[in-house]
Amino acid sequence: MEGALHQVMSGIANGGIYASVALALVMIYQATHHLNFAQGEMATFSTYIALTLIHLGLPYWVAFVITVAVSFAAGMVIERVLMRPMMEAPVLSSVGVFIGLLLIINACSGWFFDYTIKQFPTPFPEQPMLGGYISGHELGSTAVTLGVLIAVYLFFRHTKLGLGMRAAAFNPASARLVGIRVGWMLSLGWGLAASIGAIAGMMVAPIVFLDPNMMAGILLYAFAGALLGGIDSPLGAVLGGFAVGIIENLGGAYLVGTELKLSLALVIIVVVLVVKPTGLLGRAVQSRV
Amino acid sequence: MQKDQAMRDAAAVQAGIKQPMPGVSFDPSANPVVPADTGAKPYMTAAYGSLPGAVQGDTTAQGNLGRSGTWLIILAVLTVAVIPTALFNGYHLFQLTMVVVYAIAILGLSLLTGFNGQISLGHGAFYAIGAYTSAILMANFDVPYWATLPVSAVVCAVVGFLIGLPALRLGGLYLALTTFSLAIAVPQLLKHNSVSDWTGGVQGLVIDKPDAPFGLPLSSDQWLYLFTLAIGCVMFVIAHNLVRGRIGRAMMAVRDHALAAEAMGINLALLKTRTFALSAMFTGIAGSLGAITVQFVAPDSFGVFISIFLFVGLVVGGAASIGGTIIGAVFIQFIPNIADQVSKAAPGAVYGVILIAMMFLMPEGAGGFIWRQYRRWRRK
Repeated sequence: MEGALHQVMSGIANGGIYASVALALVMIYQATHHLNFAQGEMATFSTYIALTLIHLGLPYWVAFVITVAVSFAAGMVIERVLMRPMMEAPVLSSVGVFIGLLLIINACSGWFFDYTIKQFPTPFPEQPMLGGYISGHELGSTAVTLGVLIAVYLFFRHTKLGLGMRAAAFNPASARLVGIRVGWMLSLGWGLAASIGAIAGMMVAPIVFLDPNMMAGILLYAFAGALLGGIDSPLGAVLGGFAVGIIENLGGAYLVGTELKLSLALVIIVVVLVVKPTGLLGRAVQSRV
Repeated sequence: MQKDQAMRDAAAVQAGIKQPMPGVSFDPSANPVVPADTGAKPYMTAAYGSLPGAVQGDTTAQGNLGRSGTWLIILAVLTVAVIPTALFNGYHLFQLTMVVVYAIAILGLSLLTGFNGQISLGHGAFYAIGAYTSAILMANFDVPYWATLPVSAVVCAVVGFLIGLPALRLGGLYLALTTFSLAIAVPQLLKHNSVSDWTGGVQGLVIDKPDAPFGLPLSSDQWLYLFTLAIGCVMFVIAHNLVRGRIGRAMMAVRDHALAAEAMGINLALLKTRTFALSAMFTGIAGSLGAITVQFVAPDSFGVFISIFLFVGLVVGGAASIGGTIIGAVFIQFIPNIADQVSKAAPGAVYGVILIAMMFLMPEGAGGFIWRQYRRWRRK
């Protein structure tokens, strides 16, 4: 029982990270109906930037803020330069561009920061917390991801900019008519998604260590979480991310063994898509024919 | 958008009316499903705009290379067979063998993604299954190398069919996502303890290189090259005839407008799953040949990147271009070698840049581009 509780706790800690990446995916999907296959690589690259800044002697939280800001700008630039012309393109083209982006960023991570596996520092105390069920870093990263998720929620619910972004994603044509600059909202969405991904990367790097392919598995869990919660529902993505974290840890410990954890994500994806393609909280898509 | 929709509806009705007995009179002499002249343009720009002219080119003109064209192709194949065998040896011949292997693998992907519109980012999985089927049979059961090919064809076709079943419910992006997940999960599955008695676990399996049979005066590299090339020719002829025929037109019709295709009597589920099986079979045979050529299989050589490279090859060559798959194969075999001299990371970066550039500048791929130029030149 104690073991199970421990697994659930660290499942929640991992789930927070999956939830962040899933949220980043859903934000881009909502606005553009594209799935960002490069989300994981973007987060990895941001984490490398953070590591470089820390090695330059900056305090952790300063490096953290700068990384988030840089990622935000980079996300906006990618949207402006690469994704804008692909708005109306067919699926194969957009997938091609995303895969190209994935390859480029992955190669750049390896090129600039080499392929060796690196340790990433944690700003949180190392000793176990809450009666030994959870490590200091797990507790801290859960707090940070929860903070991010709440901030994003408040931003979308209670600010005018957030309302504008929701409007632009929901109905671009009408939003444009009432004076919202839809293009800017999309760029902002990309910037936000890149920042959230960067935070997720910095939170997960102390656990899984940093190398150019760090996020491949995490992206898979995030996809699973986003689909489980409903690919067009931010709240669903967050809940789905946490659920996948817990399922992954419990399943890895008691069901399939740690070697097959990734396949568990694949199973979740297939089961969700076959049984309930809209996910738990998503809306059914009706298309006119 | 509204107008586009209206045109699409009109075209669908038109196509439906022209085919009064769907499924019965579906022979080559009847109207092709999406001919260039029924106002079908809106389908393609809307549903598959990245392949302008693919349907017209492929159904009407490309099939009619004429008798001289056939002779030209036979001559080209003979040249490609004889000259490298005579002049090259060792490593260069190995590289050329791998080009043929990749061409077959990309051809499989092309049938599925290019001609049927089902995007797969996980064809490395079928390549891996083919490779492992051959390697296990050769290393553990002493089956001769040539006899493993039909086995892995059957195994991959069955697996492809089974994966094609859930894929039926997944449109475009979701299928890409699911197959992408499959690609990421493959090495873990291959490493798993329950199969490691057969697969050799993390270490993988080493297999012997086949010698030339019947006492032919060829080195094993030369023999393997000719063997692979022969298989490749057979696969290309199969794919070519398939795509030019009734089934190929049905595949493209489903890609361009699934609803109209269904209204005309095409069984969507059957066609899509069968295409998936066929595509997996092609890529699986390529995997077998690849394993025999490399003489080694290990889980980590079948990670997500092999799937992505096949996708890159497909896009570079042209998604719906049979000849283009060869260009794609040459690209993914030789570009890394050239780029590797710059940096270990360079191949990925070069792939990525070229992939994005292709999407912007030449969405129909090199094969489609060359074909269009050729037709323009012919018309003059």
